[in-house]
Amino acid sequence: MATQNTRALARFMMAPSVILLLVWMIVPLSMTLWFSFQNYNLLNPGNVSFAGLFNYQYFYSDPAFFQSIWNTLVIVGGVLLITVIGGIGIALLLDQPIFGQGIVRILVISPFFVMPPVAALVWKNMIMHPSYGVFADISRLFGFRPVDWFAQYPLLSIVIIVAWQWLPFATLILLTALQSLDSEQKEAAEMDGASAFSRFIYLTLPHLARAITVVILIQTIFLLGVYAEILVTTNGGPGYASTNLAFLIYRTALLGYDVGGASAGGIIAVILANIVAIFLMRAVGKNLDR
Amino acid sequence: MARVVTRQHKVIATIAAWLVAFLIFFPILYTIITSLKTEPEAIAGFSLIPSGTFENYITVQTRNDYIRPFMNSVILAVGSTILALIIAIPAAWAMAFSPTKRTKDVLMWMLSTKMMPAVAVLVPIYLMFRDFGLLDTHIGLTVMLTLINLPIVVWMLYTYFREIPGEILEAARMDGAGLWQEIVYVLTPMAVPGIASTLLLNIILAWNESFWTIRLTTTTAAPLTAFIASFSSPQGLFWAKLSAASTMAIAPILILGWFSQKQLVRGLTFGAVK
Repeated sequence: MATQNTRALARFMMAPSVILLLVWMIVPLSMTLWFSFQNYNLLNPGNVSFAGLFNYQYFYSDPAFFQSIWNTLVIVGGVLLITVIGGIGIALLLDQPIFGQGIVRILVISPFFVMPPVAALVWKNMIMHPSYGVFADISRLFGFRPVDWFAQYPLLSIVIIVAWQWLPFATLILLTALQSLDSEQKEAAEMDGASAFSRFIYLTLPHLARAITVVILIQTIFLLGVYAEILVTTNGGPGYASTNLAFLIYRTALLGYDVGGASAGGIIAVILANIVAIFLMRAVGKNLDR
Repeated sequence: MARVVTRQHKVIATIAAWLVAFLIFFPILYTIITSLKTEPEAIAGFSLIPSGTFENYITVQTRNDYIRPFMNSVILAVGSTILALIIAIPAAWAMAFSPTKRTKDVLMWMLSTKMMPAVAVLVPIYLMFRDFGLLDTHIGLTVMLTLINLPIVVWMLYTYFREIPGEILEAARMDGAGLWQEIVYVLTPMAVPGIASTLLLNIILAWNESFWTIRLTTTTAAPLTAFIASFSSPQGLFWAKLSAASTMAIAPILILGWFSQKQLVRGLTFGAVK
């Protein structure tokens, strides 16, 4: 039939999206790459010169760099651990027949819709505040001294806040996957006398494997860039104790005015994200073939 | 016997599930409760019963002009979503109904643009915005949010459009429907639910975007994310007022979110989990 025409029309229809995303991907990223090889400070914009690999060396030799990489990994790892294990547990619970399932689901999913600055400020002031927070009230009730969370455990505090935001996401996706598990299979395993534990290990967990992979990969993409939560709670401190790579780049760029250094950091962030992205693309791509 | 066990099981599971749900929801609940307290009440220790004052909501408006960031959030979230839909609908349509060998690659490539860390392009974007006078403007930020969410919009629409059976089109054609009739009477009714879900999810994502909205705005175009983030040091705004501002910032999107939870899974996993 009119395949020639159809094909031309299809191309025409796709063009705006493709061109926009192409420009969006190529222009800023190549600028970052370019800046990363320049000596360029916003306080001295007239004096731009080629820097070679100096910015990378500088960023690399900054003691904050390794700490920020470590903090990034702790945030990603810690949040993943809490959300995946917690998410499986809660999903299994919500998959049971319970009264008021709809309302329970709504309550559990809610933190995901809370914008990051609100989530962080609510936890900082209402929950974790050393004198007025709920945790402090609980500590006093049991006769303990309240913990000053953001001073004593800044990174852990951020992990807790971010985990609270992402736990609903993991739960919801794992619950969706659980509900697609064939109930006949479950019954058959039960008939054969498989214990609840072995049913979980040999039946449920393999069935969830895909969903768990997707949860881990998608969360990692977002968790590598945690920003607002740090900004409004610890501002990266004390010292660099809660500065992740994203926050360090922001600090270098907009507080230190060092365009070259921040760009070198940006390129490092891209490389980190790409490693994750490759795995995610595979997981999602497989689904397209079905 | 099995009956009894099931009944007991259900009661125990219900209690456990409600307990977990309460704990997870507690920070939000406590914020809402605190927003109805007076300032001295708010710091007087744990209490779930507020005196029920609405004063904080009024104060936040009179002292901090709450309406402006709220309207900015609405403009940016709705504007960027509609713009993204206008650009994405034809693309998703073409990929779903006349796919080529390349379609999958194009989709994967679009997804890959979503993986770029925002900080990596902070410097060039910031400089470009500064040089073109786009900092703190609605138009600049709307375009930014459109670009960020465009891949998700294309993907979501694609997964919905793909489920519209192509045979229906052929049947309509057999019955002598013209292209226009085909679009109006056959395709649009089938596509609307997918477009609506995409719209909803993307308003949520744009509303909560907290990197560019904070960094590229100061006052004029600052949405609620930037407004709330400016209270990171508690001067001027205390517990009860902060709670009132927070409650107002999350309430609309919380309610939208509850309606869209099914689409959420699909949209955020790029169709990998349904």
